Amino acid sequence: MISHPRFYWGETGNDLTSPLFKIPIPSSRNLVPTGYGYVLPDQNGWSRYLHFEAAWAVVLTGVVYAIWGLWSGHFRNNLFPAPSDRTWRALLQVLRKHLRLKRPDETESYSYNGLQRTVYLAVIFGLFPLVICTGLALSPAFNSAVPAVVNSLGGRQSARTLHFFVSVILFGFLLIHVAMIVLAGFTARMRAMITGIAAAPQPRTGEDRI
Amino acid sequence: MNQISRRKFVTAGLAATAGVSSVAAATVLARRYGLIPPDNGGIYGPGETLTYAAQRLLTRHSMAREFPRSMISKVPFPNEIAPPSAAFLRHQSSGFADWRLTVDGMVARPASLSLSDLRSFPSRRQNTEVVCEEGWSYVAEWIGTPLIEVLNASGVLPQARYVVYFSIEPDWWDSIDMADVMHPQTLLTYAMNDGDLPVSFGGPLRMRVPRQLGYKNVKFITRLTVTDSVKSFGKGLGSSSPEGGYAWYAGI
Repeated sequence: MISHPRFYWGETGNDLTSPLFKIPIPSSRNLVPTGYGYVLPDQNGWSRYLHFEAAWAVVLTGVVYAIWGLWSGHFRNNLFPAPSDRTWRALLQVLRKHLRLKRPDETESYSYNGLQRTVYLAVIFGLFPLVICTGLALSPAFNSAVPAVVNSLGGRQSARTLHFFVSVILFGFLLIHVAMIVLAGFTARMRAMITGIAAAPQPRTGEDRI
Repeated sequence: MNQISRRKFVTAGLAATAGVSSVAAATVLARRYGLIPPDNGGIYGPGETLTYAAQRLLTRHSMAREFPRSMISKVPFPNEIAPPSAAFLRHQSSGFADWRLTVDGMVARPASLSLSDLRSFPSRRQNTEVVCEEGWSYVAEWIGTPLIEVLNASGVLPQARYVVYFSIEPDWWDSIDMADVMHPQTLLTYAMNDGDLPVSFGGPLRMRVPRQLGYKNVKFITRLTVTDSVKSFGKGLGSSSPEGGYAWYAGI
């Protein structure tokens, strides 16, 4: 993004065409008209290597997680909102509670609330597949094999713009997610997430998976 | 240790053994079928190898998207090139009349071709997109000789695995594997949008590899070397790009 902080819609776009929008930052390339009088050092080589190594880690662990989640009933039992939570009123109630930054009760650490379930499902089945599809549509080799993906996204530059927005939303999710964990008790929540066992000051119920 | 945790321990052990042996088996197969890129070392080696192997399995014969004439960019972007060397300026002042493309390495009949020799080969024209690693792109009509036509005329030896191509400018060279070498859209490009290829776009002769990023499309080509290994070229990473931190395979 720093090497070309301009975004376009359609198939093509470059310094000689008008952008959809620009990010007001300096660039690591001197031909980009940013308005800044200096050029940042180029970091594209190692960062692209890192990007694709991380992408493989996401895809491979994601496939294992999705298969396990479907197989074990994790998505059905723990993520699909309970019937009573599937109303706008219930969702707004949880949202209001969150916005007041109220600490959750002990009982709430044993299952996800309606808002959590909705957001997690959107991240797992919406944003992650979308970030992978828009990313693949930036690969000229992948596009030669499966042109339908980039064409259905409206062209290469549209795919790049969408990839940028979906990444920003995912990053926003990460920030809010970690902030909520800190507010809910960092040590206990991290332990619960990593080991799958809630450190319980109260007797265990049958369903201790978080 | 109770029964459950012992069973878990044994299962985990078996899973780990299966994992390690399947990685080992996959490595042997990948080596045999040429799915390991020259820049496979370091902490980014595994990711780079997975990308190259996966895309080679998926794209060995696939064709880069070609666009209708109406989608040719009105203003193609001539990106930055370093100030040309004295050698290039001499060729430019004589209208590239003495420009030569040498073909050497693992070929039966090494050759030295002029631009008009190249134009006597079968030609191909295609509207494909130049995709820069920085993020920008444009579509142009590219006209040239498929690389494989030139190589077939010189007789490529069966052990060939890569073609290394060099710019007249120093320290600017790259290589592609045989899947891209034999690909009909890989062009030694001498014309663009119905005119001679301008110097700002790599004229008089540029390699076009439309299934990879722009930086594989080296400008001002003067030499092709057919080889079975890129180890002896530069730092052995297959291109001057990895020496500057960029991946050799740029199908991304």
